[in-house]
Amino acid sequence: MARIFAYIVHKSGLADDSAAELAAAAAKIDPAASPTAILTGWGPELDAVSDALRASYAEVWKIANEKLAHPNAELVRKALVQVLPPGSIVLLPHDYFGIDLGPGLSIKLNSAFVSDVVAIEGVEGTCVKAVRQEFGGQVSTHVRCDLSTGAVVNVRPGAFKPLESAAVSGTVVDKSSEVSALEAKRRYLETIVAESGDVDITRQQILVSIGRGIQEKDNVAIAQELADAMGAAVSCSRPVVDAKWMEKSRQVGSSGQTVKPKVYLACGISGSFQHLAGLKGNPFIVAINKNPKAPIFQVADVGIVDDILEFLPELTAKVREVSGGKAIAARTGR
Amino acid sequence: MYWLVPGHVLFLIIPLLGAGLFSYIMAKRLVPLLHGAPDLRFDHVGARLRRILKFWLGQWKQPRYALAGLLHIVIFAGFLVLAVRSISLIMLGVSGHFVMPGFSGGVGRLYNVVKDYAATLIFLAVVIAAIRRAVFKPARYAVPAKYGKDHTAEAVFVLALIGTLMVSESLFEATQAAVQTQGATAERLLPLTLAWIFKNALISAQPSVLGSLHLAAYLAHELTFFAFLCFLPLGKHFHVITSLFNIYFAKLDRGALKPVRWGLAEEHLDQVKSFGVKTFEDFTWKHMLDFYSCADCGRCSDNCPANAVGRPLSPRFLTIKARQYSFGHYPLFGSAGNGRPLIAGIYSADEIWSCTTCGACEEECPLLVEYIDKIVDLRRGMIDDGNVPQTLQKPLKALEARGNPYGKPDKKRADWAKAADFQQTCKVKVLSGQNSAESLYFVDSITSYDDRIQSIGRASARILDHVGEDFGILGAAEKDSGNEVRRFGEEMLFMALRDQNAEAIKASGVKRIVTADPHAYNALKHDYKDLPPVEHISQLIAREVKAGQIKLNPVENEQDVYTYHDPCYLGRHNQVYDEPREVLDAIPGLKRVEMSRSRDRSFCCGGGGLMLFYEPKEDQRMGVVRVKMAADAGANVIVTACPFCMVNIEDAIKVAGLEGKMTAIDLTELVDRQMARGGNPQITQITGISARPAQSAESAQSA
Amino acid sequence: MEILVCVRRVPDTSENEIALTSAGDDIERDDLVYSVNEPDNYAVEEALQIVDRVGGTVTVATVGGDDDEEILRREMAMGAKQGVLISDEAFSGSDGRGIAAILRAYVQKNHYDLILTGVQAEDGGAQVGGMLAAMLDYPFASLVNSIEVLDAKLKISREVAGGNKEMNEIDLPCVLSIQTGINEPRYVGMKGIRQVASVEVPTFDASDLAIDTSAVGESAAKVGRVDYFLPALGKGAEILKGSREENIDKLIELVKSRGGLN
Repeated sequence: MARIFAYIVHKSGLADDSAAELAAAAAKIDPAASPTAILTGWGPELDAVSDALRASYAEVWKIANEKLAHPNAELVRKALVQVLPPGSIVLLPHDYFGIDLGPGLSIKLNSAFVSDVVAIEGVEGTCVKAVRQEFGGQVSTHVRCDLSTGAVVNVRPGAFKPLESAAVSGTVVDKSSEVSALEAKRRYLETIVAESGDVDITRQQILVSIGRGIQEKDNVAIAQELADAMGAAVSCSRPVVDAKWMEKSRQVGSSGQTVKPKVYLACGISGSFQHLAGLKGNPFIVAINKNPKAPIFQVADVGIVDDILEFLPELTAKVREVSGGKAIAARTGR
Repeated sequence: MYWLVPGHVLFLIIPLLGAGLFSYIMAKRLVPLLHGAPDLRFDHVGARLRRILKFWLGQWKQPRYALAGLLHIVIFAGFLVLAVRSISLIMLGVSGHFVMPGFSGGVGRLYNVVKDYAATLIFLAVVIAAIRRAVFKPARYAVPAKYGKDHTAEAVFVLALIGTLMVSESLFEATQAAVQTQGATAERLLPLTLAWIFKNALISAQPSVLGSLHLAAYLAHELTFFAFLCFLPLGKHFHVITSLFNIYFAKLDRGALKPVRWGLAEEHLDQVKSFGVKTFEDFTWKHMLDFYSCADCGRCSDNCPANAVGRPLSPRFLTIKARQYSFGHYPLFGSAGNGRPLIAGIYSADEIWSCTTCGACEEECPLLVEYIDKIVDLRRGMIDDGNVPQTLQKPLKALEARGNPYGKPDKKRADWAKAADFQQTCKVKVLSGQNSAESLYFVDSITSYDDRIQSIGRASARILDHVGEDFGILGAAEKDSGNEVRRFGEEMLFMALRDQNAEAIKASGVKRIVTADPHAYNALKHDYKDLPPVEHISQLIAREVKAGQIKLNPVENEQDVYTYHDPCYLGRHNQVYDEPREVLDAIPGLKRVEMSRSRDRSFCCGGGGLMLFYEPKEDQRMGVVRVKMAADAGANVIVTACPFCMVNIEDAIKVAGLEGKMTAIDLTELVDRQMARGGNPQITQITGISARPAQSAESAQSA
Repeated sequence: MEILVCVRRVPDTSENEIALTSAGDDIERDDLVYSVNEPDNYAVEEALQIVDRVGGTVTVATVGGDDDEEILRREMAMGAKQGVLISDEAFSGSDGRGIAAILRAYVQKNHYDLILTGVQAEDGGAQVGGMLAAMLDYPFASLVNSIEVLDAKLKISREVAGGNKEMNEIDLPCVLSIQTGINEPRYVGMKGIRQVASVEVPTFDASDLAIDTSAVGESAAKVGRVDYFLPALGKGAEILKGSREENIDKLIELVKSRGGLN
């Protein structure tokens, strides 16, 4: 089997959560092999991440180049093509960077490309069998990908649970010298940070969503506190917007936003079809409502019949206890 | 002699100049109408003349606002009476002893008496009106800042002109009488007329003074008359001239919408490059006449539910803005600048989308100004330009693909009738090749697909079954009736839906159609052609109750107070007010009250069809306003006969915080519940997730 | 500016309930409503707005069969000047790379300053745009949510984590994949659709585009779908019946397992 590489996305000296997930995915492809982490960047932050990765990867290939200080997929691709052995299997997280890098990289490496993989079932002959989703998560498919000339595999973030294996003591290999002449017809300018309060709920992985059951504007804070503790954002159904307790941009529904979170907490939401129409991608739906007959319980995965005004604060307290401060850091750092 | 000009010459020149100027102004005002789109209103002369009698001569709509109505009727009637006098006065200036043909002798004397009282009453009326406008300032005349300056000054000015006419005419009369009283035969003036008052005041004045006053009065009257005449076409008093025509040419068939272009057959619509009204000249000449004829009375906006809840729409200003544009773009002197498009030029898109087509404005307008056709035409224009709110694009696309705005699969359209426990009590035929029936129950989209509203479908089916009606439904072959599709301006999509439905209906061979959805009822009755007769289920139920086929059990909870909310498309648009009330009154022990706004003044619940998807900017929901009206009337149960009213009102009950204190029930659900079924008087109602009247311990959902 | 937008006809997920055939080898397609892939529609609207500003024309192209012509017409009703169908039996079963190769052949026979695709198709992998760019050696950017036209280049923003915008400059000609929400696509009414109903849509096959059929199609595909299956369905919510404290603990556990907590 060809060598497996995991491309590590990092920021401010910390590796993205996908680093551990890619290792787990690699293990699914080849349980015997030990994947190599590969990352690009510049300066002490790159060094810090490379160093930290030694605890989970046997080999860490570091490519330091001033032009790669900000990850520009066009330049990263050129660098990787110069460094990666032919026929390699490269794992990427299927996020805003992996979407940018993966397809073009597979062409330049002359290898196959599989996108947004949610599970890997193993290798048969020269093909790996993986699971993808289609139609907003309504159906799953098995795909087989021919690895014989290598492959780029984009892995859905959060789909693979990090392995609980013993710590490794890896080595950092500096591959910077193998990279030269990095020019591209696309140039990074700057990143404009979204205004706080300018939350795009359509890009959130977890949503604490409130409905009429929140009863008044002052109670919205209860949901916000839970969201902060969970690293989530607050969204809502139409009545909350009508009552002007939240902005229109927070509304989930056929006349609001379409959201595709992994987890959706529907708090005090009855579950009208207009609201549910905005919920895509087969999220894990938790419904909390004091009315046991609310339609939301038909579509939710888990239901709790309780008063959200009392339940949510207690949930928030417990979540804080469990996750410490990591959730907030994760939300602002990613 | 006046300065250098002999009297009769002067008094010939003034009328000639006045009439000449007036004719010039009228010719200029006619110009835009010549550029307008065609409007076929020259048929049905008899019917139109009858409307003149009712709405123009009879001032039929005026009394809806009692004081203003009375004042206007007095002024209007007075003006009609004084028309003869005015002409006589003008002619008198030219030929000193002019007498109107036919008004000599007894008729003339009688007329003189009548006219004096008429002038007096008009004077009183304008004084009261002026005080009312200038001091009390009724709310409906207010001009919100965004629409420009206040109109009170113009109103009071015109009232002053009228007052001047009355005073000068009476003074002319009085001075003459005063001279004659002093001398020989006196022309008797009757007591308490303006002329009589003036005469007595002037009785001891010098003849020379009286003579001067007499001439002054005449001059004043002459000048004021022609000033007034020429002022009429410059503002809101244009209606004095145009009202006769506006009412004559008013729409006869209330229910039908204006076609895309009058005189153009549907088959040729593909050739029309631009649909709808985008520029002022796209309006028909009659619509332009409407703009001229608006009297700025504000009654339309006063009754407009969109206006009441703070949406950007005010029908009065739809008209006033168009009139101002027309006056500005077709000026009396000089030439027009470049035209502006209507949307973004004088109207905002939201203003036009805000209308629920409830018809309250048209119901109120004393001049029969039409609004719905204009709104639909403006929407057609916006749709043509692709200028459609995002929230409406999804349901429109779903209607095209699936025949319903919810995007649910068409093959599931009849699933409401297949609910297990329902199917055991009532079998609903789906009319296909094998099945046929006498009647069609047209379900329409919301009743077919909405979980809560499906219970209206089931209740209706049970009622039809109970009275032995041989009926069926079209099932998956039924498409949305398209009532709102058409009224939102998607004419071609409407035609596609209509054609599919019409074909299915014809193929089914039914002889009658009944529906519980007033929007479907309206479309099938007015927008579709060549269909079997259509009726609303409330009419069927009322008939069957009268015939004894439906017996209704007494209400269980005698404490409940019921009120009936007239749906716009059943009530105002189709004048079905009595039948639902008859049904309610036939339920023993049912206490019913009327809301202050009922029947043709019913307040729209918020609208149906595509309106459910539109997100307006408003201060509160129409449904909430309506629910509060019900509470104010002392009711705790609102009965309605429209699925969209049900959705809006049940939602509003929650928003208004009246859950548990107020409930809503559809007429069919109520009848289904109270129907005596021989043997088992109290059948438990199988409803969707809805609130039940106060007796039940189950509370409504909390979220 | 000459803009090419690559579009795709897909089942409309918001209006369909996807079911599997009894054999499990495909989804039930009989009752499906198809429409243009939503992100592609945003891309067409963006292209139309660009030519409104700077002049030029918009061409929409799709790789498919006769059924796919309807979406080309729809986008033409929206304002695209030209629709192009690229069709050949040899293309069927192509993977993303195959489709990109086919599109590359078409692009090389014409001249386009800018090529747009939607970021992802309902049944696709967000890959064709990036692959096409690499094959043409054009620069590429994905998840684009704003475009400003400069001289021989564009200033674009990409949607990155946390709702932030990554501003980039990219030279023309280039390929961009467009994120939904970049604009508000105009409404296409029935009238518009009827008006383009009889406009000609040219079709190009493998020989027209000089495509080596051994490099595309099922046999050349490196990635293939084996089957469809339904993910495990719930039977309505599992109602937690413990005390509030117990429910909270259980809830946290469940949410964590779904990747909802760190």
